[in-house]
Amino acid sequence: MTEPIINGVPAASSLPGGAPVSDASAAPAVNADAEQVGEPAVVESVAAAQGPLALEAVGLGKDFKLGRGQVLHAARNVSFGLYRGAVVALVGESGSGKSTVAKLLAGQERPTHGSVRLEGKPVDVGSSHRFRQYKRQVQYVFQDPFSSLNPTHTVGYHLTRPVKLHQPEVKDVKPEVIDLLELVRLTPADQYVGKFPYELSGGQRQRVSFARALAAKPTVLLADEPVSMLDVSIRLEMLALLNDLRTRLSLALLYITHDIASARYFADEVLVMYGGQIVERGPAEDITQRPAHPYTQLLIASAPDPDDLGSVLKSANVGAGGGAARAGNVGPAATGCPFSNRCPLAIDKCKQENPALQLLTPNRAAACWRLDVAAPSLTGSAV
Amino acid sequence: MSPILEISDLSVVYRTQGGDVHAVEHVSLELNPGEVVGLCGESGSGKSTLAYGATRLLRTPALVTSGSVKYGGRRLTAGGDPVDLMAMTHHELLAVRWREIAIVFQSAMNALNPVLRVQDQLLDAIHAHLKMPRREAREKAAELFDLVGIPRNRLRSYPHELSGGMRQRVMIAMALATDPEVVIMDEPTTALDVVVQRDILAQIVELKERLGFAILFITHDLSLLLELADRIAVMYAGRLMETGASKDLIRDPAHPYTRGLLNSFPSIRGPRRELAGIPGTTPDLRDPAPGCPFVPRCTFAVPACSEVDMTLEPWGNAAQRGRTQLPLSAHLTACPIVTPEVSQEGVLS
Repeated sequence: MTEPIINGVPAASSLPGGAPVSDASAAPAVNADAEQVGEPAVVESVAAAQGPLALEAVGLGKDFKLGRGQVLHAARNVSFGLYRGAVVALVGESGSGKSTVAKLLAGQERPTHGSVRLEGKPVDVGSSHRFRQYKRQVQYVFQDPFSSLNPTHTVGYHLTRPVKLHQPEVKDVKPEVIDLLELVRLTPADQYVGKFPYELSGGQRQRVSFARALAAKPTVLLADEPVSMLDVSIRLEMLALLNDLRTRLSLALLYITHDIASARYFADEVLVMYGGQIVERGPAEDITQRPAHPYTQLLIASAPDPDDLGSVLKSANVGAGGGAARAGNVGPAATGCPFSNRCPLAIDKCKQENPALQLLTPNRAAACWRLDVAAPSLTGSAV
Repeated sequence: MSPILEISDLSVVYRTQGGDVHAVEHVSLELNPGEVVGLCGESGSGKSTLAYGATRLLRTPALVTSGSVKYGGRRLTAGGDPVDLMAMTHHELLAVRWREIAIVFQSAMNALNPVLRVQDQLLDAIHAHLKMPRREAREKAAELFDLVGIPRNRLRSYPHELSGGMRQRVMIAMALATDPEVVIMDEPTTALDVVVQRDILAQIVELKERLGFAILFITHDLSLLLELADRIAVMYAGRLMETGASKDLIRDPAHPYTRGLLNSFPSIRGPRRELAGIPGTTPDLRDPAPGCPFVPRCTFAVPACSEVDMTLEPWGNAAQRGRTQLPLSAHLTACPIVTPEVSQEGVLS
């Protein structure tokens, strides 16, 4: 039986006792007091080539108090930039902290550590007036087009409101709404104005969501799993639309997804999150073809692949250990590297010390103590 | 080998004020013992309606207007002729449901009762369909948890205390509680992320190997089926467009719709391919145009498409054309316009 090997690391499925894949999602570590060891590397983002810096996360962290002295680190030491005209993908499984980061960037949550900077200036959303001003520039698109539109209001209403709110100088709102609908290719636009959400397909609803976000004429769009509720056949069209919008409007786009394959096609830079931390980042094509971090390698091994028929799933090893062994292996480790309790390469050091991002190439970094084993070709230790 | 479930010429309409919605039209599909058949289609293509129609789980305004569903499980028929589910009384159906054909429902995340412990929900299913003393039933519930890989101490959990993957496993355990011959899985992994999804699929394959049930796996994600299913049926606008062994379907897709689907999902390995997707939206099933429903979105469309009668004919293999007895794994397509010769000429592709 041949096992898929990625960069010399046995894929997750070949581990004794079945896949190490834990059943529960990677809920951020509770009481994980292991601060990262070392200064996180400064990475030259490939996204910067597209345009000027718009929104920046600087050492962003969010703790939630759980009571009885327990603290949940939903995000820790997250730093990256969103650049005009560029797509940055934030990839990770449910509970890895990607939506928390998006909410921090959107101003919906206040960071416990670090700060958010818009065009270089620290963001203050303290008052509702300032929050509204911030919203004008930074807009959010929700995952579920079936629940994010009000079923009792028309498409026109959904778009008129943000135009009035964010562009008070516009006297005649109607043409503005028509323009928005045409922008997201809901044409003929005047036919859509009077429609209710239930009259639209999932893809059309998501287009309305995009249009609503664009009504504020933002510079930054935070898209939280914008296509994962849609049919596979129309996802591509949606991503193509987003791609077109970011070029035409020079938007800085954050694309949050658990589908790393779509990030490969759509994003300039990919950030992989696990347990509230960025564990790897780099140019999209590079990171998906030569993943360095063991977690990125697991993510890629888990993606269904039409070009590789049945190899992983049908291998007898997968799941043979039953889930009981796996289920004990839940979520991130409490100390050390958050991935250490699921990682096939973990050594004692991994369980005690939490690694910071280390530079691999000028635009790539990974947070792992075992990069020499996980990605020998990138660290140069293979030579 | 005779099929365990044989759906023939099934049609389902939804009666609405705006007219009949033809959700499933003249669909025939077979499932063999121990086989995994993938049923794939977009939302609104009728894939769930087909499954629920075939198991008589639909209620008004849905109406089965034609067809038969023959079930040939040995336990029920005692080696005799298959029974027609469509002709059964309500009382007779009770013996089939769950005991013979079990369903893992869509969005298992919400299919569990939030105010009951999962153990009690499992026991409900066991008591309703098997005669079993309580203590034995409780032991059975624990064994089912072992089977799907959930620690026994989670039996007394409420659904909200379990992760999405675990809830999905509970749903699978419930479906397997009565040792059914056929398990229908309706989008069982859709709400889960990739790592958990792969884990659950691997578990499903393993359980199938061990227990020998047949699976009808419904999904909108063709890429999952390529690895999981023995055979795949592609559905669009209430019609079957193409059926065939998974290998044939991916290496040599016949129908333009299947080609579109295969060209829709980004691949993580290998060189970057040009992805096309399928522009346009699904047709209105209230007033279907004559001929092939895919015409408005099809790049191969010609005027003759509106006269296509949508019967499945063998693809490629000329020796099979016109034969009445086809091998079950035959690669069939509903599109008579696009033939291997046409694709080879490269004029249209």
